Amino acid sequence: MKIGLFIPCFINELFPHVAMATLELLESLDCEVDYPLQQSCCGQPLANNGDSKGACDAAKRFTDVFHQYDYVVAPSGSCVSHVTHHYDWYIADNRDYQQLKPKVYEIIEFLQDVLKLEKLPKPVYFPHKVSIHQSCHGLRELHHASPSELMMPYHSRLESILKLVDGVEVALPERRDECCGFGGTFCVDEPELSTAMGEDRIAQHEATGAEFIVGADPSCLMHMGGIIRHQGKTIRPLHIVEILTGRGAAA
Amino acid sequence: MKDDSVKHPQAAAEFLKDRAQAKWHDSAIWWVRQKRDAQAKQLPEWEELRRLAREIKAHTLSQLDDYLAQFEANAQKNGVTVHWAADADEHNRIVHDILAARQVKKLVKSKSMLTEECGLNPYLEQRGIEVVDTDLGERIVQLRHEAPSHIVMPAIHLKKEQISELFHKELGTEAGNNDPTYLTHAARANLREHFLTADAGLTGVNFAIAETGGVVVCTNEGNADLGTSLPPIHIASMGLEKIIPKLEHLGVFTRLLARSAIGSPVTTYTSHFHQARPGGEMHIVIVDNGRSDILGNEDFYQSLRCIRCGACMNTCPVYRRSSGFSYSYIIPGPIGSTLGPSRDMKKHGSMAFACSTCGSCSNVCPVKINLHEQLVLHRKKAFDQNLLPTGKKMGLLAMRFLTQHPALFDLGGKVMRKVVPIIPESLTRHSAWSRAGRDLPPMPAQSFKEQYQQRSQNKKDKQDKKDKEEQQ
Repeated sequence: MKIGLFIPCFINELFPHVAMATLELLESLDCEVDYPLQQSCCGQPLANNGDSKGACDAAKRFTDVFHQYDYVVAPSGSCVSHVTHHYDWYIADNRDYQQLKPKVYEIIEFLQDVLKLEKLPKPVYFPHKVSIHQSCHGLRELHHASPSELMMPYHSRLESILKLVDGVEVALPERRDECCGFGGTFCVDEPELSTAMGEDRIAQHEATGAEFIVGADPSCLMHMGGIIRHQGKTIRPLHIVEILTGRGAAA
Repeated sequence: MKDDSVKHPQAAAEFLKDRAQAKWHDSAIWWVRQKRDAQAKQLPEWEELRRLAREIKAHTLSQLDDYLAQFEANAQKNGVTVHWAADADEHNRIVHDILAARQVKKLVKSKSMLTEECGLNPYLEQRGIEVVDTDLGERIVQLRHEAPSHIVMPAIHLKKEQISELFHKELGTEAGNNDPTYLTHAARANLREHFLTADAGLTGVNFAIAETGGVVVCTNEGNADLGTSLPPIHIASMGLEKIIPKLEHLGVFTRLLARSAIGSPVTTYTSHFHQARPGGEMHIVIVDNGRSDILGNEDFYQSLRCIRCGACMNTCPVYRRSSGFSYSYIIPGPIGSTLGPSRDMKKHGSMAFACSTCGSCSNVCPVKINLHEQLVLHRKKAFDQNLLPTGKKMGLLAMRFLTQHPALFDLGGKVMRKVVPIIPESLTRHSAWSRAGRDLPPMPAQSFKEQYQQRSQNKKDKQDKKDKEEQQ
């Protein structure tokens, strides 16, 4: 089983520790992981701003770089969702893409659905209260959890995988799945509104008494982190793979 | 009337200056969303209802011409006069002609977003006809000379203190009396006066049933019923997408409508109108006003399934924090942000970007319109029509180029990581990222790609060394 590691562009530049944690986690689960150096951006920022040509070229490039792998795995629900849910807008007739599409996984999905992970490769003790940040695309496009709008039985991938960690206490914020306000370039198109949304979201996470905001999307964590640092708050954003690899406390 | 030149980011920033008011607005509307959740949860068949509603509407839209013809024929059989209006102007002219021919001086109107869309009130007022909106919220915004800020709760942007002040000025209520019951009674007494003296009543239409030729109007205040049973003339204005095929389909929508809109199990009054009251006359004006263009567009035709419940607004984190007035089109929020740009991209293009694409609107929509996706599709149109700000377009073109050239992309990233930490804070403070109160993330010394390459090299060196040692 050969895995192509897909590290979205901003994670590559700004959150290399999240990428490294993902790589190490997969390797410690005996996966053969390759990180193709020719990858760049999946094209989501281009698509979201209406640049169809740019989005189409990016989709083709992604397909060329990754289509020969058995699986493609990434630590960002939003980017994975763009590949699996929106490339059809641009390259629906590309046969390589159609073969690749069902093989592209967000890391938590991959651990749970493909590797059927029942225990962590090495035991992790994380004696902290965490508030789960359910990022929108992971939630509503990848169905990582049951969105509060839909009338369906409750489930949450993040919550269930955190059960494998010793000592962790999981909390859900009020308005359990409201957007943090990042929204790609929305955060710079509408900075005042985006920041107001982020402030409200952080306050809801803080109200749980949690020490960490834990999510599976570095972009939302980056946005809330920017506000947290600006306001000198103590709650800290943390990507879930950092907890699963036992790096969480040190991050 | 709405100001077409409103640009969402600036209007939202303005609204957010009074953070306390904005927070109040957000919680007031979120409360309605929670009521909707509680109601939806009580129906085990909720998702099934949504699926059915979507399918009934999709089917109807696929044969809309047939159903409209059937509706017209059946309405005529009931003695109703049916008019067709290609656009807002024609709608207003038809309504005015009916009223003028009968020397109508005063028209009582139940809330209708279509007449807001057509600008009917100013049209009639300019021609000497008094128009009184009779839905309480709509009456409040009418007295303030404002447009509705929400399609179901037109005055949700106002606190009771503001309404008390307005009523004191306009209706002579006691100054400083903020008691909602007192204020409601005052409005009711005033409206009753208008109902009794009006010469004609106009209602919107929530559903028009092809099979029976009847229209259905849903209100919580009974104002449509008073406005159609007291005066002798009833005009019903409807968008051509309001058709459903049969009476038996109605239950699906009425079960969804009130629950989605305000979180109550039913609307207080669901009134069916099939013919004029004895001695009176009834007219139905069927309005296109751009709808058939939308119907012909494969990306956006789904928006015609909308039953105007407003649930997408109540769930939208952007709408709740920026209010209806930050949107340029008469219908705000997610559904307005697809309808507005469909009508006029140049005027309403900024609405398509007033969205973090969180997708909550699409999930809450009782007829399952892919709202958040439609907004992204509108952005494609905006990009293609060269309507993006120049700076943004240049940025995207640069990104497009770099995406195809990973080595340059990496170099760009490296430069950013090295340069950002040494830029003085005074220069970044006013950037779009920082100006509203966000610090930049710390810049790591190395990218993951660099770390990975180094890691691979170290592994290789180790292996080479091991191989060498083994050879010796």
